[in-house]
Amino acid sequence: MTALPKLDWRQILRHYLQVVAFCFAIAAINTAIWPDKGYGRQLFYSLIIGSLVWGIIEFGRHLLLRPDDPGGWPQGWRRVGLTAAAIVIGFLVGSKLADMLLGSSGSNWGALLRTDRESRVGWLITVAAGIVGTYYFYSRGHRAALAARVNAAERDASEARLKLLESQLEPHMLFNTLANLRALISLDPERAIAMLDRLDNYLRATLAGARVLLHPLQAEFDRLGDYLALMAVRMGDRLRFTLELPPEARHFQVPPMLLQPLVENCIRHGLEPKVDGGDIRISARIEQRAGHDAGLLLEVLDSGIGLPAPAPAGFGEKGAADASAGGFGLTHVRERLATVYGPRARFSLSARPEGGTLAQIHIPLEKS
Amino acid sequence: MNATALIAEDEPLLAQALRQALQAAWPELRVVATVGDGHSAVREALAHLPQAVFLDIRMPGLDGLGAAMELADRWPVDAAPLPQLVFVTAYDEYAVRAFEAQAIDYVRKPVQPERLRKTVARVQQALAARAAAEPAAPAGNGPLEQALAQWRRLIDAAGTGAPGLPASLKFIAASDAGGQTVHMVPVADVLYFEAADKYVRVLTATQEHLIRTPLKQLLPQLDAQQFWQVHRALVVRSDAIETVERDETGRLLLRLRGRPEKLAVSRLYAHLFKAM
Repeated sequence: MTALPKLDWRQILRHYLQVVAFCFAIAAINTAIWPDKGYGRQLFYSLIIGSLVWGIIEFGRHLLLRPDDPGGWPQGWRRVGLTAAAIVIGFLVGSKLADMLLGSSGSNWGALLRTDRESRVGWLITVAAGIVGTYYFYSRGHRAALAARVNAAERDASEARLKLLESQLEPHMLFNTLANLRALISLDPERAIAMLDRLDNYLRATLAGARVLLHPLQAEFDRLGDYLALMAVRMGDRLRFTLELPPEARHFQVPPMLLQPLVENCIRHGLEPKVDGGDIRISARIEQRAGHDAGLLLEVLDSGIGLPAPAPAGFGEKGAADASAGGFGLTHVRERLATVYGPRARFSLSARPEGGTLAQIHIPLEKS
Repeated sequence: MNATALIAEDEPLLAQALRQALQAAWPELRVVATVGDGHSAVREALAHLPQAVFLDIRMPGLDGLGAAMELADRWPVDAAPLPQLVFVTAYDEYAVRAFEAQAIDYVRKPVQPERLRKTVARVQQALAARAAAEPAAPAGNGPLEQALAQWRRLIDAAGTGAPGLPASLKFIAASDAGGQTVHMVPVADVLYFEAADKYVRVLTATQEHLIRTPLKQLLPQLDAQQFWQVHRALVVRSDAIETVERDETGRLLLRLRGRPEKLAVSRLYAHLFKAM
């Protein structure tokens, strides 16, 4: 038995007010059927029976609730049983209570179980009202729960997209580029225009990349070229880069901005901290080796300061650990490869013996 | 004599833009050197002894803070007064908030002429005040101490890191050379931390460990009452200090209880050890 869940009293009050309104309506119907008993009396009975039925269901459903039930309602037989029990108990106890309170004569427990027409109709009305009321509250709760779930899923998806966008349109990169652009406008307007075009391309591709699933490798390399050209304006001769894309690999489809995080890491962790800067080489080639499945090999290589020495497994320098900015980028590359190509795609990042890092992505050709 | 300045900024276009903006805001200023990293900044500043240095905070090799600390120590104060220090920072560095909060002058990238004019006016004023005071108070230590206090304030503000780090570290987790064992060194046992190239040495009375967390990151997690930064590369346990002595060049040297070596105190932090 789980502890009683936290009750939302405002919601309960709101429900009860609706029940009261419902009881007024039932009393009106009853008065129409038995005009001789008077509206006041009918309303009194209706309110007491209605309150009891509602009270049993409202609080009972929380007791019967299992953690996996959606919308705050028990599912299946638990719900039907609760409703039936509430209606029976509500009608019997409610009628008796009302009789007692009104000092009505001739009523005993036996009288309530009479089978004459009048009490049959009374039963019928209570059962119908109970079912309609329960269904009304149940479907509302259910709908609200479904809507909440849809909302949460949508929120998760847009959060993931936003996080990716944020990592690509990193404010530091963006504002620094703008600062350089501002300097270029007066120093060298022609280069400023060229830089603005690159920025325009890069922004367009980044925003579109959040929407399409795949694009040709040629487009990927073009965007990397834009990005690196922007960085080269910032870093001057501290950044040198080459892009090697053989014609036969141009049309290979890859997830957009797949290599971007790797190139960003090269710059941020490899070249930026290095006084003399260094080189970045991005290359693609189709591999056809005997005994291996043919595939596309993508390489991002830099001559920066290299990877930090690996921490001993399972230990970090606790409390003083630096949330590595590269972490999200690498995770992102792995996840996208796994999503698009499954386990056959491979990714590795290694330190080059001569200094710097080498990132390799192997993507199998689609024929399998 | 025209005022002189050094610019240290790793992005060449931004350096050029700052130089141009300075020229417009202060036509008499002569920029004696423009460099792209902290080590070059120290070297060139010591070679030219400019009256003002504009240091970018984020630079490769040695950052602007490190360059300022090293300059403060190595500046030949007998040959020229300590220069006016102005930090240059990108919009998103935490330092910006600290500078704003303490009303400290700085240059924000991209350089905005209006803002730069104010900074220039402040620097000009300070230089003029110094020139006026010099003949009147010859060879006193007052101006130097004032200048050092000013530098300290700037460096502290510029070094303001990301908020939200745990305030007091209890253990230093240091792995041994093989990386197989991690030693949990209680911070209470640590006598001092010393930055050495890529590592920070952690020294207790009997042992030495190496960790990779930079001093800059470690410092905010240590109790400031307990651990004092006495040098760019040195943080010592304050209640372990046994003696402070001055060597023939005027440098302060610390001896800690339980350690044989002598540790040099930076000029910036010498005020901590003034005799009462």
